[in-house]
Amino acid sequence: MTDFRPTILAFCCNWCSYAGADLAGVSRLQMPPNVHVIRVMCSASVKPEYVLKALSQGIDGVLVLGCHIGDCHYMTGNHRTAKRMPLVQKVLKETGIDEKRMKLDWVSAAEGEKFQKVITDFVQDIQKLGPNPLREVKF
Amino acid sequence: MARIGVFICHCGHNIASTVNVEEVAEFAKTLPEVVVADHNLYSCSEEGLGSIKKSIEKNKLDRVVVAACTPRTHEPLFRKTVELAGINKYQFEFVNIREHVSWIHTKEPKSATEKAKKLVAMGVAKAALLEPQKEGESNVIPTAVVIGGGIAGLTAAASLVAQNIDTHLIEAESRLGGNLADIEVVGPEFRRSEELLDMLTKELKASPKAHVHMSSKVTDVKGFVGNFEVTIDKAGKTEKIPAGAIIVATGAKEWTPDGEYGYGTVPGAITQLDLEKRLAKGERPKRVVFIQCVGSRQPGREYCSRVCCNASLKNALRILESSPDATVSILHRDIMSSGTVSEHIYRLASEKGVRFMRYGLDRPAKVSRTQNGTVVKVFDETLDEDIDLDTDLVVLATPMVAREDSRDVGKLLKVPLDKFGFFLEAHVKLRPVEFATDGIFLCGAARWPGSVNECISQGMAAAAKAAIPIRRGKVVIEAITAQSDIDKCAACGNCVIACPYEAIEIVASEGKRYAKVNETQCKGCGTCVAACPNDAMQQRGFTTRQLGAMIDALVKSAMEETP
Repeated sequence: MTDFRPTILAFCCNWCSYAGADLAGVSRLQMPPNVHVIRVMCSASVKPEYVLKALSQGIDGVLVLGCHIGDCHYMTGNHRTAKRMPLVQKVLKETGIDEKRMKLDWVSAAEGEKFQKVITDFVQDIQKLGPNPLREVKF
Repeated sequence: MARIGVFICHCGHNIASTVNVEEVAEFAKTLPEVVVADHNLYSCSEEGLGSIKKSIEKNKLDRVVVAACTPRTHEPLFRKTVELAGINKYQFEFVNIREHVSWIHTKEPKSATEKAKKLVAMGVAKAALLEPQKEGESNVIPTAVVIGGGIAGLTAAASLVAQNIDTHLIEAESRLGGNLADIEVVGPEFRRSEELLDMLTKELKASPKAHVHMSSKVTDVKGFVGNFEVTIDKAGKTEKIPAGAIIVATGAKEWTPDGEYGYGTVPGAITQLDLEKRLAKGERPKRVVFIQCVGSRQPGREYCSRVCCNASLKNALRILESSPDATVSILHRDIMSSGTVSEHIYRLASEKGVRFMRYGLDRPAKVSRTQNGTVVKVFDETLDEDIDLDTDLVVLATPMVAREDSRDVGKLLKVPLDKFGFFLEAHVKLRPVEFATDGIFLCGAARWPGSVNECISQGMAAAAKAAIPIRRGKVVIEAITAQSDIDKCAACGNCVIACPYEAIEIVASEGKRYAKVNETQCKGCGTCVAACPNDAMQQRGFTTRQLGAMIDALVKSAMEETP
């Protein structure tokens, strides 16, 4: 395995995915220490600009995690996330940034194990991609 | 310049055995605008909170960052502490280095410490930009609406009326009692349901505070906690009810088999509720086979409905009570009769001669009509062969399922449902009879198949919770609502469409059109923020500058190290 230690940013919604991350912690589920969580109230509040800002400044990967469709505590918030984030990936692709550096997934408050898996898999995926080339670019 | 104090918690060994707490505190001292950084053995203890308060006063802090556990449980405590020391509680920031660091990177203390530093840097960056906020307040209409007049709704309404609160009970049918009205005796104590229902309906009839609306349907719900307006349709007539709180008690219904186990084709194949009705009429069958888990605990409907095993045990005993020579078999996949009394009736049923036979999903029983009558063919695991049970009745214990109209009710109230169509509470342990939407409460089988006892407890609990805003007379609105910047807003209306709560409208003032957020209606989800193309819409406590600063802080620390 590679020695590359990526820096990853994750947006977690307060109600499901952040609580799922907490559950993973309470359950002592071990995972790579590369992911840094920013808590937001709903995944639908994550602006595309945040993802672009992080990746353009050299963050190696960005995760956006919300409630499963149908379980959003704000009813339909995550429907917007589900529509918006693939568009962000399209923008990334168009601008020459590997769209796999951004991932959208759903983790419920009861899914500590899923959180562990999503984190572990994403870190591995980013390790395969290597460091973000924009790291060296000064805007 | 902000004056930030950072406090890193050991949480005993929970954090400190993995994360080098002292090192993180030393690092925090180097961060911009940090005046003091310290570490406590338990930040949430009397001693820890006391030392934070002292430090605020001594160092004239205006913002506090605590790096400890999850904000989901401890944020209110720390917010209160900083408030007591004279800092606005919205100038407090929580960093999670326990659930999100020490507990999940146990074997990597060095990396865990580095990650904790990054998270603290992000928290400090956000804290520097936190503004003092004022919480809103609004009046509460001292009236409650209970939707559904089954046992849970009746109990809730009676509890509210007993507290002298004007209560409107909305029942869709022409009779009260819901499913319980079809059941003569409830288990496991064998109590007559008529007594229960009579007691509650009498209480409601006797009170001038109770307003029962029969054959009525909720058609619209507007407003927010303290100020709802519930529109009902009563046989074509529309009525509007202003209310401070709403309780959802719409119940569930028995699932009707779709031809499984001879239902609809073989005579004598009936559901549990059909049996209840027959028993209520005095019928006492001589030969009965119960089949449990019909349509539940299988792909598509994986849950256990919890009430069906007890219902079968209860009815088996009732049949044997009046005709001890009756033959009763219960075909089950597991008997779910937990609890002292229920376990007792399970044992009692065994003693009275009920034949229990286990079956697997791979070999379900077959129900057919032969010349000699109805026969249930079942694979006996002990004998390792199929056996035939001659019977008069085959009682199919089907699960309780969500009502078809629960989705409509969910849409009207803007509250979520789970994948089975049952309503979803705010938190299973912290807020079990409340929705995430303030002022809307939940009880009974609308949430999950529940026993009569559970529905009664939940009805009382929901009433007690609904009475809180009504009794207080005022509700506080957490200051995380959205606000728009009039100068930046182009009145495009994207936020109006995006808002799930219809809390935003385009208004005009002095010739300028802009989006205005109704603070009492806004739930603070931030959906409008991401929808705004001009960065005019901001969520307090989660502004684009604050989150941007967190990203910058992570970028900064990441660029300082070799990947």
